[in-house]
Amino acid sequence: MKKKGVVLGSVSIALAAVVFLVPFAFIILTASKTQQEASLLQFSWPTQWAFFENLTTVVETNDFILIRAFINSTILTIVAVVIMVVLSAMVGYVLQRRKSRWNGLINFLVLAGLIIPPAVVPTIWVLQGTGLYGSLTGLIAVHVAFGLSFCIMLFKAFVGSIPRELDEAALIDGAGPIRLFFQVIFPLLRSVIVTVIVVQAVTVFNDFTYALYFLPGMDNATVQLTLYNYQSQGLNQWNLLFMDVLLITIPPLIMFIFFNRQIVAGMTSGAIKG
Amino acid sequence: MTTATLAPKRRDLKTERPQRSQRRRGTSPYPLWFHIPAGVFFLVLFIIPTAASFYFSLTRWTLFDVEFIGLDNFVQFFREPALVRGFTNTFIYAFLTSAAKVVLGLMLAILLTSQIIARGFLRSVVFFPVLVSTVGIGVTFTVLLDPFDGMVNQLLGMVGIAGPGWLTDPNLALYTVAFVDVWKGVGLATLIYIAGIVAIPQEYFEAAKVDGASAWHNFRFIILPLARPATVTVVILSLIGGLRSFDLIWSMTGGGPGFTSDVIASVIYKQYQAGFFGLSTAGNVVLFLVVAAIILPLSYWLNRKGSES
Repeated sequence: MKKKGVVLGSVSIALAAVVFLVPFAFIILTASKTQQEASLLQFSWPTQWAFFENLTTVVETNDFILIRAFINSTILTIVAVVIMVVLSAMVGYVLQRRKSRWNGLINFLVLAGLIIPPAVVPTIWVLQGTGLYGSLTGLIAVHVAFGLSFCIMLFKAFVGSIPRELDEAALIDGAGPIRLFFQVIFPLLRSVIVTVIVVQAVTVFNDFTYALYFLPGMDNATVQLTLYNYQSQGLNQWNLLFMDVLLITIPPLIMFIFFNRQIVAGMTSGAIKG
Repeated sequence: MTTATLAPKRRDLKTERPQRSQRRRGTSPYPLWFHIPAGVFFLVLFIIPTAASFYFSLTRWTLFDVEFIGLDNFVQFFREPALVRGFTNTFIYAFLTSAAKVVLGLMLAILLTSQIIARGFLRSVVFFPVLVSTVGIGVTFTVLLDPFDGMVNQLLGMVGIAGPGWLTDPNLALYTVAFVDVWKGVGLATLIYIAGIVAIPQEYFEAAKVDGASAWHNFRFIILPLARPATVTVVILSLIGGLRSFDLIWSMTGGGPGFTSDVIASVIYKQYQAGFFGLSTAGNVVLFLVVAAIILPLSYWLNRKGSES
């Protein structure tokens, strides 16, 4: 049995290396090459390392647009995720705890939000009406609206595992509804909050479609848009393009290293129940 | 002593009274207005645009001018071969990717729940692409699959096979993108299946072992039926994702060559870019109907079958 595990494991490691790690190695190697060498598109060791030259070139391109894009993406991700976490925890909590005649409708809307593809052009129309079109605030609001359903599902499932006696004890101690939620319940949701934060942060940070629609122009581009613009310029500067890919992969990578187990645990508990 | 026991009693009485009258408006410890802040975002940026899309899909629309033209957009949508192509491609793409994710995800999950070395490492490696930027993946694979200099074709060339133009051959482009989609997304399916398999009680396997069941029997009669909720989740999630898919297709082929790898979502974007907002919104409505027509009956059927057994 053990011997079989070793053989099978070794074969899998070799396969995984080829299938999953080679593309990432290719990104790093190409990002370290000079332009001529990178244009050969080969999977080879660079004869001349140009990693830091490429790094500074990419950062300086278009008046440091990449720096601005990173700032934009960071603000977008943090603000959208914070709003999503607080608002959907509130909904998930009340939806789970209180039986009201609205529950059916709200449950239906949550499901609809998961399934229905958002209507993009009418959303632009609404954003223009509210004066938010093309602004970071508008994109934040859009991400909140589109991400709520998923978060509510996770929170609702998790609130069910918190005993009601706790609420009653807090009420007897004189806590009002708001204090009950923010001081008693919210801290208890910590593990699910971490999951929601990680999953949504990765989703919002990596989003390309909505940024493309709702944030036109390069003034307030997100990092995903810089990549697309690099590609559509068609300058054949593969080394710089791949340096850009490498840079925008770093935030998800950090998330992954720190929260790997947490993501797995939270995703599965939510996904199976849903 | 007596005061000490009396005091809490009195407090109990005091707090019980408002609890009893909970039915009165606004005194519940679970206030309904907690729904409102989230509801505002959802109403303004999801429900209103979705509802409006049904009206705007019936118009010639430039965001400033609206002219009601009835069903012309839909007629045009289904009359132009390029747009119909996007429609059928969406089905092919969604079904291919979700079928592949179910099969590969289940196989990988069985492998990664068995006693092999470096299990944790392998689980991480398979899952990592799920987290990475789709556009970044698209760019990378566009280069790897380059017909002349790309690594894949050079490797094939070494063993004497002339690799095709993965993304430039009209007959292949859509399948190539679907393949990359599976590469990127199979980690999530695997993860869901791992959770499903780990949740199966060990007693079943022990009992099967006593009965002398083979590995195939274990798979066929224990894992497959008991991992069913995981299958339902994987199928639904990957179908929804596949039907809506846009960013990978857009970054790898832009819907080309010609319109051969267009899907509904990329048609919507192209019409939007060209300024045909009404037609673009009609595409959105078509996508809406397609997703609803597939997902709703399917999830109903899958869940019902699940609760029967």
